Amino acid sequence: MSIESTEAHQPVFVGAVRERLETLQDNYPTRMALLLPALWMVQEERGWISDAAVHEVATVLELTPAYVRGVLTFYTMYHQHPVGRHFVQVCTTSPCNICGAEDVVAAVLAESGCGDLGATSPDGRFTVIEVECLGACGFATPMLINDDFIESVTPVTVPALLARYR
Amino acid sequence: MTEEMVSVTVDGVVVQVPRGITIIEAAKHAGVLVPHYCYHPSLSSPAVCRMCLVHVEKMPKLVPACVTPVADGQVISVHAAEARKAREGVLEFLLINHPLDCPICDQAGECELQDFVFQEGQARTRYSEYAKRYNPVEDFGPDVLYVPNRCILCTRCVRFMEEMAEEPVLAVAERGDRAYIAIDPHQPLDHPWSGNVVDLCPVGSLVSRDFLHRARAWDLDKAASICPGCTQGCNITIETRDEAVVRLRPRPNLDVNRHFMCDTGRLDYRWMNQADRAEAPLVRREGRLVAADWDAAVERLHLLVHDTTGPVVVLASGRASSESLGWLMRMLEARSTIAAMKVPIGDEAPLAGVPGLALRPERAANLAGARIVGVRDAWNDAIARAGTAGLVILHDVDLNDAEAAAIAGGGTLVHFATAADDRLRTADLILPVTMMAEEQGVYVNRDHRAQRYFPARSAPGLARPAWWAASQVWQRAGAGRTVPATTSEAFAMLPAFGGLTHRDLGYSGRKLDQPAVPR
Amino acid sequence: MGYPHPIHPRETPVLSTHFGDATARTFAGWVELGGYAALRAALGMTPEAIVDQVKASGLRGRGGAGFPTGLKWSFMPKDTSRTHYLCCNADESEPGTFKDREILRWTPHALIEGCAIAALAIRAEMTYIYIRGEYTDPHRILQDAVAEAYAAGALGPDAFGSGKRLDVVVHRGAGAYICGEETAMMNSLEGRRGNPRIKPPFPAVAGLFGLPTTINNVETLAAVPHIITRGAAWYNSLCLGNPKSTGTKLISVCGHVQRPGTYEITLGFPMRDLIFDLCGGMLPGRTLKAVIPGGSSVPIMTPEEVDGCATDYEGIAAAGSLLGSGGMIVMDDSTDLVYQVMRLARFYAHESCAQCTNCREGTAWTTRILERILRGEGKESDLALLMDLADNMTGKTICVLSDSCATPVVSGIQKFRADFDAYLTGAAAPVAIGA
Repeated sequence: MSIESTEAHQPVFVGAVRERLETLQDNYPTRMALLLPALWMVQEERGWISDAAVHEVATVLELTPAYVRGVLTFYTMYHQHPVGRHFVQVCTTSPCNICGAEDVVAAVLAESGCGDLGATSPDGRFTVIEVECLGACGFATPMLINDDFIESVTPVTVPALLARYR
Repeated sequence: MTEEMVSVTVDGVVVQVPRGITIIEAAKHAGVLVPHYCYHPSLSSPAVCRMCLVHVEKMPKLVPACVTPVADGQVISVHAAEARKAREGVLEFLLINHPLDCPICDQAGECELQDFVFQEGQARTRYSEYAKRYNPVEDFGPDVLYVPNRCILCTRCVRFMEEMAEEPVLAVAERGDRAYIAIDPHQPLDHPWSGNVVDLCPVGSLVSRDFLHRARAWDLDKAASICPGCTQGCNITIETRDEAVVRLRPRPNLDVNRHFMCDTGRLDYRWMNQADRAEAPLVRREGRLVAADWDAAVERLHLLVHDTTGPVVVLASGRASSESLGWLMRMLEARSTIAAMKVPIGDEAPLAGVPGLALRPERAANLAGARIVGVRDAWNDAIARAGTAGLVILHDVDLNDAEAAAIAGGGTLVHFATAADDRLRTADLILPVTMMAEEQGVYVNRDHRAQRYFPARSAPGLARPAWWAASQVWQRAGAGRTVPATTSEAFAMLPAFGGLTHRDLGYSGRKLDQPAVPR
Repeated sequence: MGYPHPIHPRETPVLSTHFGDATARTFAGWVELGGYAALRAALGMTPEAIVDQVKASGLRGRGGAGFPTGLKWSFMPKDTSRTHYLCCNADESEPGTFKDREILRWTPHALIEGCAIAALAIRAEMTYIYIRGEYTDPHRILQDAVAEAYAAGALGPDAFGSGKRLDVVVHRGAGAYICGEETAMMNSLEGRRGNPRIKPPFPAVAGLFGLPTTINNVETLAAVPHIITRGAAWYNSLCLGNPKSTGTKLISVCGHVQRPGTYEITLGFPMRDLIFDLCGGMLPGRTLKAVIPGGSSVPIMTPEEVDGCATDYEGIAAAGSLLGSGGMIVMDDSTDLVYQVMRLARFYAHESCAQCTNCREGTAWTTRILERILRGEGKESDLALLMDLADNMTGKTICVLSDSCATPVVSGIQKFRADFDAYLTGAAAPVAIGA
C-alpha cells in the first residue's frame, strides 16, 4: 500500500500537538527518546497509527520509517490498523484464566457482536482482543475498554458494562 | 610488542593473545573457529544468535565468545560436550522454520547454516508436525532480494545499514517467532554500499538479483584481486565459472576496505567477459594489418621505438598494471615521452562508518602507480599532443570518439589492445594484451599501498601482458640486458619501486615508503 | 485502611497502611499522614549517609532479583562529571504480580518521595518512572501526583528550599512484558525496541543513554522513606525468617483463594498461613493443588512444599522455588496444570523480544507442543522433548525470559506428571486449541 494511494494524511504534529511534543523534549537528551510518546500522541489523535503517520513521526524525530516501524511493531498497544470505537482488551493469562477469563471473553464477543477476536463489530463499536497479563490478577478478570481499566468482570456483568459504551 | 599479552588455552592449545580481545578472536589464534552467526568483526556484537556459547572453566554458565573478553590463564573449551549440546540446540531452533530449500538457494555451498548443521547439527528434525513459518520474498532494493523464510535474524544487515552505512533503512519488526527484517516501501535499500548486506548474510536470506541462479558456489573458481574501479583499491575476489566472471566480492583487508566494497565496483565486471578479444598480434604490411607471431611483433615495435622521431605519447588506462606502465616507460627511456592515464571522474560515495573508505571520484585503480613510474594524468594535453607525436602508444583505453579521432589522425600508432577498435584502423601495430582479470600485477592505491592482484582466468589466444613486450624491446636496445621472466621480476626490476618484489607485498599489500614523485 | 480488604491483624502494614485511602493520593493528604518528612531529612544528608542507612536496613530489590539495594546504589560512580539517572521500574507485568499497582494508585507520593531520596543517594539528575501502558489509572494518578509535587516545591530546581534539584518524569510504556527487564527498559526509554542488553557493561557504568544508571522497583523505592524516618535498625528488625531477608514484602495473591489481594507481611511469614489465614483459604469444597509463589517465572510448588515454607528469599529457595516479585498464584484442584502451563508458555512466546534464537523459537515451539498435548495428539516422547527444549532454553540467552518459559514446563512435568499423562493416555478430554 503506498501512501499516495491512501487518503491524504493530515499531519498530526502541528500546532498544539507539536508544541506538546517539543515541550517533552526538555525531559530527554535525545530526539529518539520521544518516539514512544510521539506514537502515543498519534494514537490519541487518530485512533491508530497509519503508514503515513509512521512517515510523519520519522520525519519529525529524524529517524527512518523502517526504524519507526521496527519499534512500533514491538509494542502491542499501538494499533497498526483501524479499530472499533471502543477497544476491548480482556486478560486471559493464567491467573485470570483459572478464574474464568475465557468465559468472560466469550461473553464479551457475544455481547459486542464481534464474533471473533480481533474483528470489529458490524456497527463499528467494538474490537475485542485477548491480552496477556494486565497486572491486576487479584481482580480477575480485568479488562481495558479504551483507557478505562475495569476490574473483576464476570460473564454476568458484561452486558451492563458494554452498554455504557455507545 | 606494545600490546599486553595474556595466555589462554583453547581446546587444549595454549596461545598468547592481546589482553582485551574476545574469546572468539582468541580462538582464531589457536586455529579454532567458534561457530557463529551474528558476530562479524566489522560490526558491533549483539550476542543474539547464541551459537558461539563456549565453556570456560570456573564460569557458572556457558559464555558468548563474541562478547566475552579473554582473561589470563583462562581455559576455554569450544568443543566441550555442554557447548556442543547448546549449539546443537540453537541449530535445531534455527532449522524448525527454515525451508530447507538448499537445492534452489544461491547460498548453498557457502552457507554457514549448512556448514554448521553439517558439522554439528542433528540429521533429523523433531519438529515434523507443524507448518513452517512463511513470508513471501521481498524486493529490498535494486539488487537485493529478501527471502524471509531463510532468515535467522542475526541482524548483520540491520547493523551494517545502521553502523556502516549510517542509513538505517532495515529494522527488525514484530516480536518472538513472528519477527522479520522490515524495510519501508518508500525508502529502498539503494545505498551505494548496500550490496554488502548480501555478503554479510550468513544464510541465503539476502541474495543478489545480479547473481541470482547464475552459478552454484561449488562450481566457482576464485582469485584474489583488487577492484579496478577507483583509487581506493578495495581488495576483492573475482569469481569465475568456466572462465566467465560471474561475481566480484570484497576480500577482507582491515587497512583498506575492511570487509566491504561498493556496489559500483561490485557490479562493474561485465567488461571482463568481452567476447571479441584481440588474440594475435597484427602488423601493418603493405598497408594491411596482418597476423604475426610475437617475434615479428616485438621486432616491429623495436623498430618503431628506434626509428620514429619526435615526441612519443603514451596513453594508458586506469586499469593498467604498474609493471606494464613501468616497462612501457622504460622501453621509451631514450625518447622524449609524454605519458598520461585516463582518469574518469565520478561521484564520491563514502561508507560513513569506515573512515577513509569511499568510492573515489577518480575511477582509475592505478593512478598512484602510474605517477610513480612517470605516467601523469594530464590526459587532455596528451591527447592534443598525439596529433603531432612521432609515436603514439595506446594501452587499452576506453576512448570517446573525439579522442579516437585525434589518435587515429596522429603519429604512428601502436595499440596494446584487449579488443580491436574499428576507429583505430590506422594503427601500425596491434598487440593483444591481457586485462587485469587475466594477469598478475600491482596496483598502487591513493594511500600509496601497493597491492597485488592475481589472474582469475586464462588469457585469450596469444595475449600477453604489455610489460612482457615492452621488456623484450628494451632488451634489444642494449647489450647484456636481462629481461624479467615473471611479473614479480618485472616489478622488482622497476627502480621506482625500490626493489620490492611481489612477495614483499604479501596478500594485503604494503605501503610504499616514498610517496609518488612525478618524474 | 487496606484494599481491597481491611488489613489483617497478622499483616505488617508499612507500605500498605494507606491503600484504599484516597486522601493519601494528594500532596496535602500525604503530608498530613507524615509524608515527605523523609525527603526533607534526606535533603540534609550526604549521599553516602543515605546509602549506608539503606545498606544497614538490609532492603533488597523487590522486583524479583532480590539484590541488596544499598549495595546496588554504591556501584554508582561518585563523581558527577557525567549525568546519572534513576529509573523506577513500574512496568509490573509478571503474571500474578499486581502489588506495585496498589502503590502507584493509592500512595503515589510514597513512590515519588522514594525516587527523590534514591536520586539524592546516587546523585541522579533525573528520575524516569517507566510505567506499563496498560496501567491507565495508575498512570493518571501518578502524573497528577508528580505535578502536585512540583507545584508544592518537593520537586524542581530547589527541592524544599534545599538548593538541590530533583526531577521526575513519568514515561509510559506501550505493551511489552520484557520492558520490565532493566536493560530492556532502558532501551525502551531511549525510543528503541525493548531488547535486553548484554551485561557487562552494567547499568551503573553505562546505562540509560550510555550514562550511569540505577534501576529500582516501585516497592523498593516506596520502602526507602520509611527506612529514612524510622531507621535502618527498625527495618532490619522486621524479620521472621532468614536474617538476610528483612523488612516487609507486599505479596499479591491471586487465583483460587477466598480473598485475593495484596498483603504486606514481614519477610519469613509462613506461606501456608498467608494462603489459609490472610487470604481465607481455598474456595468452598476445594483443595490446594499448586502455588506459583513469585510471579509466573518461578518453579511451581506443591502443597507439600508450601507446608513449612517461610515466605522470604531463602525460605522459598529452600522449598525449590523463588520469592521473585511476590506475585503468588494459588491453584486449587479444579486447575488443569497442562492448560495453565500452556497459557504461560504462550505468554512468553508472545512476549519474547526475538533477539536470542533459543527464546524466539523455543518459546513458540514449546507452546505448540503443549497445545498438541492438550488436543489429545501428544506422544509419550513429547514430555522428554519438552524437557530437552527447556534445557536448551535455560541459561543460554541474554535475559531470563527464555528460562522463565522453561521453568513452569519443567516443574509442571516433574511435579504434576499425572495431569500430562491424562492427556497422553486419553483419560482427559481433548481441548480444541491451536493450529
